[in-house]
Order: sequence, then structure tokens, then C-alpha cells
Amino acid sequence: MGWFTRNKEGITTSTKDKKETPEGLWYKCKKCKVIVSVEDHGKNVWVCHNCGHHERINAREYFQLLFDEGKHTELNAKLSSGDPLKFEDTKKYTDRYQASVKKTGLNEAVSTAYGKLNNQDVVIGCMNFNFIGGSMGSVVGEKIARAIDHSLKYHKPFIMISKSGGARMMEAAFSLMQMAKTSSKLAQLGQKGIPYVSVLTDPTTGGVTASFAMLGDINIAEPGALIGFAGPRVVKETIGKDLPEGFQTSEFLLEHGFLDFISHRKDLKAKIGLFLTMTHSQPATEKSTKKK
Amino acid sequence: MEYLDFEKPIEELEAQLAKAQDLEKETETDMSKSVKELQERLESTKKDIYKKLSPWQKVQLSRHPQRPYTLAYIEAMTEGNFLELHGDRGVKDDKAMVGGWGMLNGEPVMFIGQQKGINTKMRQYRNFGMPNPEGYRKALRLMKMAEKFNRPVVSLIDTPGAFPGLEAEERGQGEAIARNIYEMSVLKVPIICVVIGEGASGGALGIGVGDRVLMLENTWYSVISPESCSSILWRSWDYKEQAADALKLTAPDMLKNKLIDGIIKEPLGGAHQKPQEMFEILKKELLKEITELKGKTIDKLIEKRLAKFAKMGAYK
Ligand SMILES: [Zn+2]
Repeated sequence: MGWFTRNKEGITTSTKDKKETPEGLWYKCKKCKVIVSVEDHGKNVWVCHNCGHHERINAREYFQLLFDEGKHTELNAKLSSGDPLKFEDTKKYTDRYQASVKKTGLNEAVSTAYGKLNNQDVVIGCMNFNFIGGSMGSVVGEKIARAIDHSLKYHKPFIMISKSGGARMMEAAFSLMQMAKTSSKLAQLGQKGIPYVSVLTDPTTGGVTASFAMLGDINIAEPGALIGFAGPRVVKETIGKDLPEGFQTSEFLLEHGFLDFISHRKDLKAKIGLFLTMTHSQPATEKSTKKK
Repeated sequence: MEYLDFEKPIEELEAQLAKAQDLEKETETDMSKSVKELQERLESTKKDIYKKLSPWQKVQLSRHPQRPYTLAYIEAMTEGNFLELHGDRGVKDDKAMVGGWGMLNGEPVMFIGQQKGINTKMRQYRNFGMPNPEGYRKALRLMKMAEKFNRPVVSLIDTPGAFPGLEAEERGQGEAIARNIYEMSVLKVPIICVVIGEGASGGALGIGVGDRVLMLENTWYSVISPESCSSILWRSWDYKEQAADALKLTAPDMLKNKLIDGIIKEPLGGAHQKPQEMFEILKKELLKEITELKGKTIDKLIEKRLAKFAKMGAYK
């Protein structure tokens, strides 16, 4: 069965490996360089006290943040890549893969779990950016698809937190087809009237943007995240000049109509909870009789 | 005819043959023996070269400047019974994505597809077959129309990728492609997709979800072009051949990996060698598939379509 984690553990593990923290006690903001204690940084949901920079965090931290008391049951934790193409460039894909497992202590670029959010049953998928750039291969597609199957089976809302460089090139067309696999599962969820919330975090690009990340009933982003289909370097090469200030940021996407709103990380849970109450909860009278 | 680098031996033999035939005419001497010999050598050389094309050579053929493009197929297959439709009803008409009603042997079909240009000026006009978001939204509008009138959709895929421009990002390239994939997976009419040239990444998949996904013999379909793959993974543009091998992007590899449903044969040397023959082959194939798909209930069809894409992947 599933395993449970507790709040305190989540905070310490998330930051203990940080290279930029001397002796693991201090966190230096990547953006404004202000230093705070790791403990305070964690308490502030890994957002800089000084400038509001949202540090990149993994599924473990988001699960702590969103599930009630951090309690959750992980789904398909052991699924790993089959190296379908025996891919080899300057390195073997299997070697890159093992190195990433070793380095990050994670099994793949996505983790999925179920639990409660403000006392409502939900399924949450969250990408791990430091696992091969959060890239989408067969395992990412399959884990998301199975998480949506769980949503379909138990009629639970699905929340997906995206954070990805896009496709996993070493799985080539297998990677590409995960866009179809995940999006078609979401279409089934849509037909059943089950809510899907997409949360876009820094960075969300490529095939992930061109599939599940843009398909939420609501699309939410954290402030200042890079979000786009083509990477900024490619766009810059295409147009042959510098990109305008703020291009492909959360704020840019909100302005162009692709996000419903931007949320500070600390407000994420309350806002998702509110949306789910509006769209998926039992009518108030029924709910109060059910409770206790 | 333009020759690719690996076609040089063919070019030389064809030149020799033409010379011999000219000489025969001019001098009125009987050279039938050497002409015949040259013709035989030409045929066997062609077979030698075209029967064992490397993945990279297939990529080159898929981009041959004389290869027929989407509108040429549609015009020929419908014998001109084609009503082209324009615009996404939001922003503009994307010239890199075409579509409309076509009659295929008395069978009304909604065609969509990326369109490349046939010369320098038209290549610009068609944006090299790289659609903007409005192209994908135009395609979706037409697919929804097909659904409304209960007609099958035929999608002809030929793109080096969705356009990575500034305005494309502003207007939501990612959202447009995602929406198409989502809608196509549950569209209530049969969809047949055929890669007729290049099938590059999300730009191809944005019109590539269907009950049948087929590839012409000398086309490629993958998540990235061999050149870009080389530049990212090898950090140099010089490894495109190795990248083409590694990506397993040819039709036989895609079929073997169960990522497509079938391969359509091309005339020897590629579709551009005998375009009319190619159009006939594809038309026959499409009619066969349409007849088959129309015989099934739409619920069964969608169920199978979803199950097919759900199965794609390799994990343990
Ligand atoms: Zn800061």
C-alpha cells in the first residue's frame, strides 16, 4: 500500500541537498541573492522573503503543500523507462537515466498520488524538474494516464503541476505520443464532467505546454514562470532580434488570455480548493449531513 | 529532376543513356545494344540504391523539392472536386494549413493538411509548411464541421514543425496544438491521418490523432528533426545521420514500435518520380480505409482510438 509522509520531513529533505546553502543551513535566493535560513525559506513555501522568487521545488514539496497534513498515497512509484529505442548519443540513455535516479533520488520526472485537499478527494500529478529536465517520456505519460484513470474510476478531480523542458528526446516518437496519450485521457475526464486543474510552474515548455498543461478547466501559474511552446532561444533565432521584456512569463500568458489567474504558491491550495468547491463538491446541505 | 547526393550514380547513368540515345539519332547508327545495357544498369542501380535507403536518405527524400504537397494530392484525388475553405474565424487565414470539402469517388471527405510552397515565393507564402496557432484552429474548425455533417476527416501531414515565432507564442501555439489533440481523440467521425512528407513533432501531431495513422514509405515522423537532435544531444550539426538512426523515425520503425498503423508504398525512388501513380495509390488506400471505418459504430471507433493511444509507450 501507499506510504505517508509528514510535514516536517518534507521540509528538511527538500533542501538538505542544496549546493548553494553553506552547511545546509542557509538558502541564497537565485534572483536577489538575499540569504535566509533554510527553515524560514521552507516555512515561506520556498518563496524568497525578499523578492518573491518562487524556487523550483519537486513533487514531494507540492504534495506537502497541497494534501491535507501532507498525507497522500503515491501511485505507480516504481514505474521506470524501458529504453524502447536503445537510444545512444554521446551517452547511452540507460546510463543517463541511472545517473539521474542516483543524483535525484527520484524514480522519474513525475510523481502521482491521491489524498485529500481541503477535505475533498483529489488526485495530483507533479513533475520533478531535476529528473532529466522534467522531460516527458513513456513513464511520465503512463503515470499521468494512470492517475487520470484513478480520477475517472473514483470520480476525483485531477490536478497536474507542470514543470518541464518538454519532450524526452531519447524516447523520440514514444515521447511525442505521450502528448496524445495524456490529452486523450483528459478528454475522457472532460466527458465525465470531472474537474481538471492545470498548474504551470517554472519552466513549462514544449510538448508539455502543447498537451496537458494547457488543457485545464482552469490554468493557473505561479508568478514569473517561463511558459511557452518554443523555447525562448529558438524564438529569438527565428525572429532574429531580442525578445521583448517579460516575453513568455506567467504575466505575459495571463495578458494574452491563456491563464485564468496567477497565484502565489502560498495561496495555491486555497484557490484550488475554492474552485473544486464551486465545481465538484456535494451541495452544502448534503455535505453537512454527511460530516460526522 | 533534381538529384540528391546519394542519387549521383543514377544521375550519371541517366546522362550516359540520354547521350547514347542522342548519338543514335544523330548518327543514325544502331546503338540499341549499348542503350539496352545502360537501361538495365540504370534499373539495377536504382533498385540497389532505393531498396536500402538509410534513415537519413529517407529524410532527404521526404523533403525532396519536387515531392508533391498536400493540395496536389487533394486536387488529383478529388479530380478537382474540392471546395477549399479558409480562416479560423478569429485571427486570420493560415496559409501553411489548408483544408476543405473534397469528393473522393462520390465520398464527401473533409481534408486538412499542412501546405508547403512549390517555389521560392510560394515557400515564403506558405511559411515553409509551419503553421501558426490559427492554422491549428482552422483545422479544428473544419474537423468540427465534418463532425456536424457526419463526414470522415482525412489529414495529410507534412511539416518541419509548428512555427516557433513571437506571434505564434502570443496567440498560444501550445494551447492550439493541445486543443486539437484533445478534440481529435474524441471526434465523432472517422479520422485518417497520413504522413506524406515530414512529420515533425507537435506540429504534426496537432493534426495527427486518428483511427488510422499511416505513413508513406519515404517519410519520417518523430519528436524532433535529426538536425536539431544532433545539435542538442551531440552539440554539433554534424551528427544528423546518427541522429536519424537513433530516433527510429522511418515508417518501418514507427510501425514496429506500434506508433502508427500502416505504411503506404511509394513509386520506386519516391513519390516525386511518378506523382500520378502516388495519387492513385493513396486514393485507393483512403477509400479502402473509409469503407472499413464507416462500417463501425462511432462509439466503438472512439473506444478503439483511445485504447490505441493509451497503449503507446515502453516502461517496466
Ligand atoms: Zn529573492
